[in-house]
Amino acid sequence: MSRRSIDQILEGKPYKKLLSSEKLQQSEIDLVNTDPKKTQYYGRIVLDNCGRINPEEIEEYIGTGGYQALGMALKEKKPEDIIKIVKDSGLKGRGGAGFPTGLKWSFAAQEKESPKYVICNADEGEPGTFKDRLIMEGDPHKILEGMAICAYAIGANIGYIYIRGEYQLSIQRLEKAIKEAEKLGLLGKNIFDTDFDFEVKIKIGAGSYVCGEETALLNSMEGFRGEPRLKPPFPAKSGFLSKPTNLNNVETLANIPPIILNGAEWFRKFGTEDSPGTKVYSILGHINRPGLIEVPMGITLREIIYDYAGGMSSGEFKMAQIGGTAGGILPIELLDVPLDYLSLQIEGHNLGSGAILIMNETVPVVDFLECCMKFFVHESCGRCSICRIGTKQMYESFKYLREKEANYDELKKIEELAEALKLVAFCPLGQSVASPVLSALKYFRAELSKEIDSNEDYETITREMSDIVFDYS
Amino acid sequence: MTIKEIVDKYGSKRENLLQILHGIQNQNPRNYINKESISALSKEMNIPVSQIKGTASFYSMFSFIPRGKYVIRVCESPPCHLLGAESIFKAIEYKLGIMIGETTKDGLFTLEGTSCLGICGVAPAMMINEDVHGNLNEEKIFQILDQIQEQEKERIQLCREEALTRF
Ligand SMILES: Cc1cc2nc3c(=O)[nH]c(=O)nc-3n(C[C@H](O)[C@H](O)[C@H](O)COP(=O)(O)O)c2cc1C
Ligand code: SF4
Ligand code: FES
Repeated sequence: MSRRSIDQILEGKPYKKLLSSEKLQQSEIDLVNTDPKKTQYYGRIVLDNCGRINPEEIEEYIGTGGYQALGMALKEKKPEDIIKIVKDSGLKGRGGAGFPTGLKWSFAAQEKESPKYVICNADEGEPGTFKDRLIMEGDPHKILEGMAICAYAIGANIGYIYIRGEYQLSIQRLEKAIKEAEKLGLLGKNIFDTDFDFEVKIKIGAGSYVCGEETALLNSMEGFRGEPRLKPPFPAKSGFLSKPTNLNNVETLANIPPIILNGAEWFRKFGTEDSPGTKVYSILGHINRPGLIEVPMGITLREIIYDYAGGMSSGEFKMAQIGGTAGGILPIELLDVPLDYLSLQIEGHNLGSGAILIMNETVPVVDFLECCMKFFVHESCGRCSICRIGTKQMYESFKYLREKEANYDELKKIEELAEALKLVAFCPLGQSVASPVLSALKYFRAELSKEIDSNEDYETITREMSDIVFDYS
Repeated sequence: MTIKEIVDKYGSKRENLLQILHGIQNQNPRNYINKESISALSKEMNIPVSQIKGTASFYSMFSFIPRGKYVIRVCESPPCHLLGAESIFKAIEYKLGIMIGETTKDGLFTLEGTSCLGICGVAPAMMINEDVHGNLNEEKIFQILDQIQEQEKERIQLCREEALTRF
């Protein structure tokens, strides 16, 4: 390791040079370091090294205690112990669904068939989310270490990282990290002189949001169209090439080394009883400091906006969308709901991928929803008709609303369609179309109705079934 | 590289198909996958043409029609939309005279609308081939495009001369 970088680490200075394509990401990384009082008080788990070490040098990662957790796991602990620690920690999947990670691992561990696979889901396509990219760019070894520990726990020897094709820098960083780890014997054969072998390969996506869904991802990895599969069988039983497979999000895996190193008790000190740990959010929209933050679970939206995001950049707060385009819309009344899996569930929302989009009063709800629907039209895989055609109908309805060419039937149709999608769509993509729509109808119905009322002769509007364009591109 | 070399590089198993398609597209100067390479690939990997096309057409990064040397992908997702993606499209349209899905006559630029590129912290954002550009506004767009056009001066000149000879 170069003298200069050692000095920098000793002095606790951020090592900025190699963080990313500098000109672009400065705002993001700066933010991580902005509020020293707050972050010191809370501590960081996932982003601890991001911005502090040079991600391209394995020595720097090792210098901060990297790969110790893997060594400890292999030398001192049995696979069952690892799963128990992860279960006790209460870690839940950070990819969107919030499924308990320890439990998921135990399913894959039970399977007798081999080979087994560990897959890191780095397809990050949810609009507004870029946390996985910055974790991969800022601390790639942590993900590799997390994957290796997972592989040891479930009895796998091969791992894949499925990265979306746009993340060139992440791909380069991870490729380099894998090479360096192999050189030092931290990946490959007989890791730490035990009989545990583990190799990691990279698979590159080609631009499809639905491929982030775990079974669609498996199809894509096998070289097919990325359409979701019927569950069950779950990937733990029959995943990649029909073998037992464990899939986890980047952030989930990055939580693993610190948990193994410090124990479940330590992890539970962060966050809430039901949702321990921290969460990395990407915050954006009409705020002063868009970027990435890592805060404990259970913090409120108000705190995020006014303490971390530096307040609104213009205008007054109107609404926020939580969890990306597939997430619900929260009005001002919910500013003080704690952001964790349980509290949001009670309100009928989901933490999702951790994107928080904050909007001021200049954003019309119709316009915003129209844009959300455009996204779904584009990304619906087309496997089931309710989603393929329903998203299109929904998009058109919002367009009519915005263009003031709708009557009250349109609102009714939107509501019915959203309920139907929630019930019958084949995969969570189609089902989640309902979350922004229904939450908007719940909190902003008055505003949506106004779009109709403001058109004086709305009663004369009649509409035929709109032309449905089949477009398989 | 020939198709065979690309297939050998990644392996001829079906699960490497996406990587191979990326390889084929990236080495094409017009950034697309042409008919000939699909049929060659079909023979090489023993997968029917229909299946290769069916798979490739699922993914938005692959194209079957020739594109420009520089593919401009502007993000259309809600976060970028809120912060002014619309005006980015307008600025590009004004500057290059192309709409979404079109390519400039000199074969330099193709404009595409895309879903979130994962650089929303600097919205509105776009990618030109593999370079990311964020915090865009009209002025910045003009600067970026000017710079590329400056680099490609010769090609543009050549194109003009060729066009003149046709009259
Ligand atoms: C449409 C759709 C897109 C998804 N995209 C992603 C994604 O980009 N990254 C991710 O980690 N999980 C994504 N998921 C969730 C995965 O299906 C899966 O739940 C997750 O990778 C499991 O990892 P975890 O248990 O660590 O959260 C997506 C799910 C759906 C339905
Ligand atoms: S719900 Fe939509 S994305 Fe999911 S399988 Fe059906 S068509 Fe595809
Ligand atoms: S929303 Fe535009 S880059 Fe993510």
